[in-house]
Amino acid sequence: MLSQALLKKFEQVIARYPLKRSAIVPCLLFAQDEIGFISDEVIEEVARRVEVRPIEVIEDIGYYSMLHRKPLGKYNLQVCTNVSCMVRGGEEILEHCKKRLGIGHKETTPDGLFSLEEVECLGACCGAPAMQVNYDFYEDLTPAKVDALLERLRVGNRE
Amino acid sequence: MGVAPSLFGFSHFPFAFCHLPFEILFSLFLDSMSVKKRMSDYQYYLKGSPLEVKVLTRRFGIPNSTSIDVYLQHDGYKALKKAFEMGPEAVINEVKNSGLRGRGGAGFNPGMKWSFVPKQSARPKYVVCNADESEPGTCKDRPLMEYDPHQMIEGIIIAGFAIGSHQGFIYTRGEYRYLIDIVDRALEEAYARGFLGKNILGTGFDFELCTHTGAGAYECGEETALLNSLEGLRGYPRIKPPFPAIVGLYEGPTIINNVETLANVPHIILNGAPWYANLGTPKNGGTRLFCLSGHIERPGVYELPMGFPLRRMIEEVGGGVLGGRKLKAVIPGGSSCPVLTADEIDVAMDFDAVAKIGSMLGSGGVVVLDEETCMVKVAHRIMKFYAHESCGWCIPCREGTSWLKLLLERFHSGGGLPDDPDTALDVSYNMLGKTLCPLGDAAAMPTISILKKFRSEFEEHLKLGYCPLEKKAVSVA
Repeated sequence: MLSQALLKKFEQVIARYPLKRSAIVPCLLFAQDEIGFISDEVIEEVARRVEVRPIEVIEDIGYYSMLHRKPLGKYNLQVCTNVSCMVRGGEEILEHCKKRLGIGHKETTPDGLFSLEEVECLGACCGAPAMQVNYDFYEDLTPAKVDALLERLRVGNRE
Repeated sequence: MGVAPSLFGFSHFPFAFCHLPFEILFSLFLDSMSVKKRMSDYQYYLKGSPLEVKVLTRRFGIPNSTSIDVYLQHDGYKALKKAFEMGPEAVINEVKNSGLRGRGGAGFNPGMKWSFVPKQSARPKYVVCNADESEPGTCKDRPLMEYDPHQMIEGIIIAGFAIGSHQGFIYTRGEYRYLIDIVDRALEEAYARGFLGKNILGTGFDFELCTHTGAGAYECGEETALLNSLEGLRGYPRIKPPFPAIVGLYEGPTIINNVETLANVPHIILNGAPWYANLGTPKNGGTRLFCLSGHIERPGVYELPMGFPLRRMIEEVGGGVLGGRKLKAVIPGGSSCPVLTADEIDVAMDFDAVAKIGSMLGSGGVVVLDEETCMVKVAHRIMKFYAHESCGWCIPCREGTSWLKLLLERFHSGGGLPDDPDTALDVSYNMLGKTLCPLGDAAAMPTISILKKFRSEFEEHLKLGYCPLEKKAVSVA
């Protein structure tokens, strides 16, 4: 069951556009933020509301790299390794995350707390090396700062 | 007992606290760390440089600069009132004469773009603000939206008035979620004060504006792919012509401008085209937000006049190459621009001067690379990006980027063949100008420049069978 708040959000977003199907991607992203991934139910609901076939919604999901059909960790670590980050140690940050979490690119820890992704430019080049945890930016990273951040997220989750 | 004094030595200091519970240790640790979240905590954008000329960034750093009250106290929405008095034709001419060049990378005069929109149109016209900033090395739209969203919004409304549009969209990349929240709040304020909605300021002009989010696709920064994405389709580019100014969003005439371009508009209207043009060089009006990143002492976004010398930008504004090392190369305007060698940095940073030496000003992302950077690795990383982001629609781009990525990866790891550099050049030239959108060119151009200007590094990899710089890095560590 999708929450009332989410359904209301769908309604608001769809009303913005002259063509309903424009709302597909925003609706999927908002649903994913709430549920953690895009479920079959979300696909059916969005397709029904924007008056397209479910396959057209699935087509979009395949195109956009931020849309996921499977649950990710509670904290999705997206480490940038593009040029500006690479020359400031972005690859070391990615390796460090892999080692600390024991997972690789696009994998999730068994407890479901963390997932890891190597991503392209996040638009944080002046704060390189950078990563995003869900939607939050963390910049000017060092392996020590990553350790502190991971621990803070672990502690925050326990509370 | 002989080892006791060393227990209190600095290098052993943390072990003295090993008996404490981890949480306490951790909080001690955290206080000493500065893990910063989001740009607003960051001082890069507010630290600045005395060489800056602040037009777009003049309100940055004022407390609560995103609120409409602060904006109104600092000339906010005055340009909109003036634009209403001037009329659409005069607004377009003012922007045309200002020498403003599109800040997304192509450098096309927005006033010119607006003048292509037909005055009479059976279908509604639209304004789209392109906030899908994804060009590697570029992070200028982020502070513009974060610290001064109303400046951009005012620019969009003026653009809408100029072309006779009544609806606009701000297409933001999905990763910039917190910016969407900031802009949404600003839009609410603008609606509440009557700068958006029906009968704006009693002029009878209506304009609706909202944010739209992408979900991770570099390709959607290309204007026709962006339009497809905004229509709920996959972000594939469209065949041009017809150009969006004639047939764009929902088949209506549409103008698509970058955030920074639109943020400039209120200043041009308020202070006049001659004032704006005089800030820069001929045909390159105004200031530009340059993003200095890579091996540089003071990375950051700096607002400098168009035509500012690249050498001074690196040495004086950015504090020189990181750690006092020697400069090897500079990417002058985001990763799709041909790289410049250390000998080529005596260039004025405007669209024409940079084009004259065979590169592009692009989106303003200046990436500095020092002497210890392996250019083969840079070429590979850039190509890996384009292979990932190619939408797959045009074959030269889809196949070219994937094969070049594999070739460069093999070459960098030491398994290159003598013919590889020439093969890579051949493939790159066959991508140039053969795709619907410029992504194919964007991938080919930096590769060609690296293959030509740093050929000796390729030879060295071939001779040694490994990367000379990587080996050094390993042995140092």
